[in-house]
Amino acid sequence: MDLPQDVPLLWVLRDEIGLTGTKFGCGIAACGACTVHIDGVATRSCQVALGDVWGEVTTIEGVGTPEAMAAIQQAWVDHQVAQCGYCQSGQIMQAASLLAENPAPSDSDIDDAMQGNLCRCGTYPRIRAAIHTAAKLMQEA
Amino acid sequence: MASFKKIARRSFLIGSAAILGGVAFGTYKYHQPAPNPLSPKEGQAALNPFVMVDQSGVTLVAPRAEMGQGVRTSWAALIAEELDVRPEAVQVIHGPAAKAYYNSAMMAEALPGRGYDASNFQHSLGQIVGHMSKFLDLQVTGGSSSMKDGFDRMRMAGATARETLKEAAAQRLGTSRALLDTEDGHVIAPDGSRIPYTELAVEAAGVDPQDAELRPAAQWKYVGKDMPRLDMVPKVTGTAGFGVDVRLDGMKFAAIRQSPHFGTGKSAFDASAAEGMPGVEKVLDLGDAVAVVASNTWLAQQAVDAIDVTWEPAPYPETTDAIFAEIDRAFEDSSNSVLRDDGDVNGLPEGAQIIEAEYRLPYLAHATMEPMNATALYTGDALQIWAPNQGPTVVQKSAADLAGLPKEAVQVHTTYLGGGFGRRIEVDYTNRAVEIAMQMRGTPVQLTWSREEDMTHDFYRPGAVARYRAAVKDGKAVMVHGKIAAQSTTVEGAGRMLGLPMGGPDKGHVDAAFNQPLAIPNFRVEGYLVKPMIPVGFWRSVAASFNGFFSDTILDEMAHAAGRDPLEFRLELARAEWEPAAKVLEKVGEMSGWTGETPEGVGRGVALAYSFGTPVAEVIEVVDEDGQIRLNKAWIAADIGRAIDPSNVEAQMFSGLAYGLSAACFGEITFDGGAVEQQNFPDYEAMRMHTMPAVEVAVLQNQTHMGGAGEPGTPPAAPALANALFDLTGKRARSLPLMHEFDLLV
Repeated sequence: MDLPQDVPLLWVLRDEIGLTGTKFGCGIAACGACTVHIDGVATRSCQVALGDVWGEVTTIEGVGTPEAMAAIQQAWVDHQVAQCGYCQSGQIMQAASLLAENPAPSDSDIDDAMQGNLCRCGTYPRIRAAIHTAAKLMQEA
Repeated sequence: MASFKKIARRSFLIGSAAILGGVAFGTYKYHQPAPNPLSPKEGQAALNPFVMVDQSGVTLVAPRAEMGQGVRTSWAALIAEELDVRPEAVQVIHGPAAKAYYNSAMMAEALPGRGYDASNFQHSLGQIVGHMSKFLDLQVTGGSSSMKDGFDRMRMAGATARETLKEAAAQRLGTSRALLDTEDGHVIAPDGSRIPYTELAVEAAGVDPQDAELRPAAQWKYVGKDMPRLDMVPKVTGTAGFGVDVRLDGMKFAAIRQSPHFGTGKSAFDASAAEGMPGVEKVLDLGDAVAVVASNTWLAQQAVDAIDVTWEPAPYPETTDAIFAEIDRAFEDSSNSVLRDDGDVNGLPEGAQIIEAEYRLPYLAHATMEPMNATALYTGDALQIWAPNQGPTVVQKSAADLAGLPKEAVQVHTTYLGGGFGRRIEVDYTNRAVEIAMQMRGTPVQLTWSREEDMTHDFYRPGAVARYRAAVKDGKAVMVHGKIAAQSTTVEGAGRMLGLPMGGPDKGHVDAAFNQPLAIPNFRVEGYLVKPMIPVGFWRSVAASFNGFFSDTILDEMAHAAGRDPLEFRLELARAEWEPAAKVLEKVGEMSGWTGETPEGVGRGVALAYSFGTPVAEVIEVVDEDGQIRLNKAWIAADIGRAIDPSNVEAQMFSGLAYGLSAACFGEITFDGGAVEQQNFPDYEAMRMHTMPAVEVAVLQNQTHMGGAGEPGTPPAAPALANALFDLTGKRARSLPLMHEFDLLV
């Protein structure tokens, strides 16, 4: 890419490639709206310079599509989690990373993994329920 | 009163006028808005401003800001209910900025009166006043008003469209409309054959509009039931289009820096460092701001940060203390309002115990997850704006004025909103995009504010001070006298939105203080307006966000002084004034298993607030874990009168609670040197997964009139928590945020 190497991955995704599912919230890794996976691990894309990207990047668009949603997205729909929805791409990427590591997280595991992801609508009770449901769906699959 | 009559009459006249640009579809009394902003093409029928049918399908218009409250789904459900289409089988769009989409309910909140005691006559009067919005071109989403606004109007829009489609089918079949039925997007003929609505579009466009009766509640399929939200799948797959997601051919990206001192400009600036930076297309002088247009947002931000600017000094007190000294000074002037004055607050019975308290609450930012942004394209004779906004007609008018264009030359495209909470009823951020676009003629430009720019350039919830004097005797409430001082959101915010000077007793300023459904024999509430200093605006639940804290905290102090159980004390006062308020208290007591006793290390508080037509009672439980206090559980009972979608009302209630708790625990905007000190989320924390309590919500439907959902969950949150902390620690919180006085889990 013909770009300065210090441009954060977030802005490469959004403004250069046009993958707008990943959101800008704070620019300082304080809200988690920009969370993507690098080699399967949840990472704040606003803090990763283009030149430093060390592995394969997956965004919310790579998790599932409206026609073919992943189990975690289906769980989010089942619990009608989203309100404004702006933070939910980041929430789902963070939760997917948690479930990949821990297929049956406890409430306290969820607290630990999800506390960096801010939601100003306060959808946390339904996010928590959706993570538990997603864990079940994924174990059944 | 004469003016109300006159307005109603004018509404009738407009209601019977022909609709331009589409198919006129008959009277729905004075509710008929005009003209139809939808321009049907060949083969399409715009049956009214809310229903469009063509060969490919049915499109419903939900012209309210979808900012998380589920309005797109609920609004569509109201139309679909009578039109006989499945909401998930039709397309739902926001539609353009248009007079036809005025909000008929929001203005009703401005009527004098306590709200909960409204007679049917007053309620109808409120509806008539609401139609003033038509003349003010007020297509706005706010005041928890969308369902009150749409409940009759949208079912009627669906019903008249259905009857018009039936009439088209009747004419085709040579039969009577009365013999036809409808189901799932089809007209059903007497012989059982089915004609899809889509096949009737062309004929329906030539048919006179037909009147219809609304169906009784017993026949409803969607209204009153949990509806899967239409925006849910897009929002969990990253495909929902927010303002920042607008992408246009040849689009450039901009960043901005505005003066940290509100209302001032710059005295000098040097942009030489920015000009050569990577990706930079143009550095723009916006007079009282600087902006950079670049090939991506981050490069634009780096460059705008590199501009050396000297800003003019602030024309208002420069520190938090000096600003609050101005607020205190307002008590020395005469009061603006005395909207409750029952009994005599000065003549106290002998032996009454007096409680005096002063409460101080900070300025607050909205901090929507999606920072302020807008995209604009200016071509000299026309302007297009794409924006996540709560007031399309306000955006349109303001942009037209700015660009020197007629309103008709300005098109507003409303995207999903990444949070609104009242912030996006302002047009400062759309105007900034327009200013930039006007210097970039022919190039679409997306302006995104940094989080820091967003946090430091809000229209804040005003800081507020209340002085209360109350009395109890023999376990009973004898007197409450509250005086409240703050900058006025009505004068400043509503004045800005309407372009009108706002005078008279400011009801909004004392909302949820003067009109609490409590039978206190001597009860007086006075409002004191503070001169404009910091820009203030509508923040979820507006003045109820501070008045809810004042009026419930004094009750809690009274209950404890009287030696009474806090829930019983409130219940007694509510029961004697308005039954639905008593019922929410009873319900929340039952849900939480309230006994008035808590084990060591556990505290519980209850609060009641009536706002936007809905009484809400909340109980919060806090636990002491090795000296650190965690919010363990919350119970909410709300009486909304009629819930269009109970699951969504539940979501709005705990969302309102979370917003209120975030502010109660951590929220404050402070000032130094005339500038806001908080820059980003670490300085303005909020509830997170580990700090949010578990929540149970009960949605009651006892009261006669429909209440709001988006805001009423917020006002009781802070007092319920502060009362719980008092129960736990014995320390009374008289100012917020609570993190300064309590060791809260962060």
